[in-house]
Amino acid sequence: MLEADALAFGFPGRTVGRGVSFALARGEVMCVLGPNGGGKTTLFRTLLGLLPAHGGAVRLDGTALAALPRAEVARRIGYVPQAHSGYFAFAVCEMVLMGRTAHLGAFAVPGRRDREVAERALASLGIAHLADRPFTGISAGERQLALVARALAQEPAVLVMDEPTASLDFGNQVRVLGRIRELAAAGMAVLFSTHDPDHAFLAAGRALLLAEGRPLAIGAPREVIRPDTLARMYHVAVRVVTVGAGSHTCLPDIASP
Amino acid sequence: MTRTAAYVAAAAALAALIVVAFSVGRYPVSARELLELLYAKLGGRAQVPPLAASVVLEIRGPRVLAALLVGASLAAAGTAYQGMFRNPLVSPDILGVSSGAALGAVLAIFLSLGVLATQACAFAGGLAAVALVYAIGARLRGHDPLLALVLTGVVIGTLLGAAIALLEVLADPARQLPAITFWLLGSLASIAPRDLEAAAPLALTGLVPMLLLRWRMNLLGLPEDEARALGVETRSLRRIVVAAATLMTAASVAIGGIIGWVGLVVPHAARLVVGPDFGRLLPLAMLIGAAFLLAVDTLGRTVAPVEIPPGVLTALVGTPFFLWLFAAARGRS
Repeated sequence: MLEADALAFGFPGRTVGRGVSFALARGEVMCVLGPNGGGKTTLFRTLLGLLPAHGGAVRLDGTALAALPRAEVARRIGYVPQAHSGYFAFAVCEMVLMGRTAHLGAFAVPGRRDREVAERALASLGIAHLADRPFTGISAGERQLALVARALAQEPAVLVMDEPTASLDFGNQVRVLGRIRELAAAGMAVLFSTHDPDHAFLAAGRALLLAEGRPLAIGAPREVIRPDTLARMYHVAVRVVTVGAGSHTCLPDIASP
Repeated sequence: MTRTAAYVAAAAALAALIVVAFSVGRYPVSARELLELLYAKLGGRAQVPPLAASVVLEIRGPRVLAALLVGASLAAAGTAYQGMFRNPLVSPDILGVSSGAALGAVLAIFLSLGVLATQACAFAGGLAAVALVYAIGARLRGHDPLLALVLTGVVIGTLLGAAIALLEVLADPARQLPAITFWLLGSLASIAPRDLEAAAPLALTGLVPMLLLRWRMNLLGLPEDEARALGVETRSLRRIVVAAATLMTAASVAIGGIIGWVGLVVPHAARLVVGPDFGRLLPLAMLIGAAFLLAVDTLGRTVAPVEIPPGVLTALVGTPFFLWLFAAARGRS
């Protein structure tokens, strides 16, 4: 569905990464790992067509992304940005309703069906009780969940999530990862980035390791998330241990004084 | 206060103010005479003193309508700009429309052109200033587009201000300077019916796209990337909103001069009551804007032997409100 072909990406006048190729299929979850400033967000913005590609191509269902109008892209790809505090005190339900915009005519306002979709999206993340609260007045974690709900209200086929678990408490991290797996099981393709390699083990079928804009490795999390690749990305010593029947987790070696 | 109650209260206050504005003044007209006049106008038979009829219809009528039009337009433009610039502290002249209009008008006064030409120059100057700011701001690539626009607006506004100051120095202090000063402070004293005929269609033309695009306007209040990822072509939408808001502001400035604070303070007051959703916010802001300017103009022509320019009174009300707003915003965050 979403395909990157020898993609180079960056800001106007500055290329920050190149050589990224993958094809994300229906029902697939791919996790992007990489250090701070490694180009994850820039890659995502390029995949969404918010920044022009510096080389190579992004294709959506075989069509060049650049050839599609924004509303068409928005009907097919949902975007969960990193949580921000918001400028205006929109109610959470209004914020989520904005996810319906691509499905509306230019002069239309959301109708009853749109409201139902938004309510379902809120309920599916367990935050229906926040509907009437101002977006600017809830916690960072709640805002993050509201932004996920907004992307779900877009009813996209592909979901791109930029660090969706970054400001969540442990319980909500687990809930969001579980939700990602449910969405994939229902046929959605999901691309998400995280700073926790364990999240790749928990929710992703594939992992893309990005360091200084270059793909270090791409493949099944078990195969590419190794002490040597983690050391190259993060410059710390990490063991990858197997727990029980086939679960994996990363254990950092913290030097004792 | 529920949302419906807010609209009803604003509309009721506006209606009451209109009645007051028609009655008070150097020649008081009683409420009974007003009603009889209305009845007569609707085809009924009533005896109204001809002087009362002439005061209400020819002198106060255009002035009241102008206050409503200018107040509502400035409030609507301010609402649109605040939403678009994601900043509740911007006013309709953020892109230099007022300085451009002022320069146009001052230039026309300096060249001793007529009233009509002065208004035309003000209108053209306002549009030209915004077009210039927009053209330059849009070319400053690699910056946040909104920041580029605002900074260009400030810089160009300062330049236009310098040009106005130069013309003020050069103007004839006896003949031209009073007219210039009066114009820069704003005034609805010399409104004629033809001013309304010229300004109203322009203001309405600006209002229509805002009403139609009221849902999409909300998305301009999100970070740029998000609005685009949600399917909005932000650049073209922003261009339409700038054009619409500029048209409304320029039409207002051309007939009333520069009346500050309305477009800054009123949208914010309305937002405190009904929240930021543009579809709900716009009508309330327009009602409050119309009522506010009508109140200020009516006060300005009745409380003192000389007319107090509305810009002076809006500043007197606006400044404390603005400071309170600022303090309250800090307390919340």
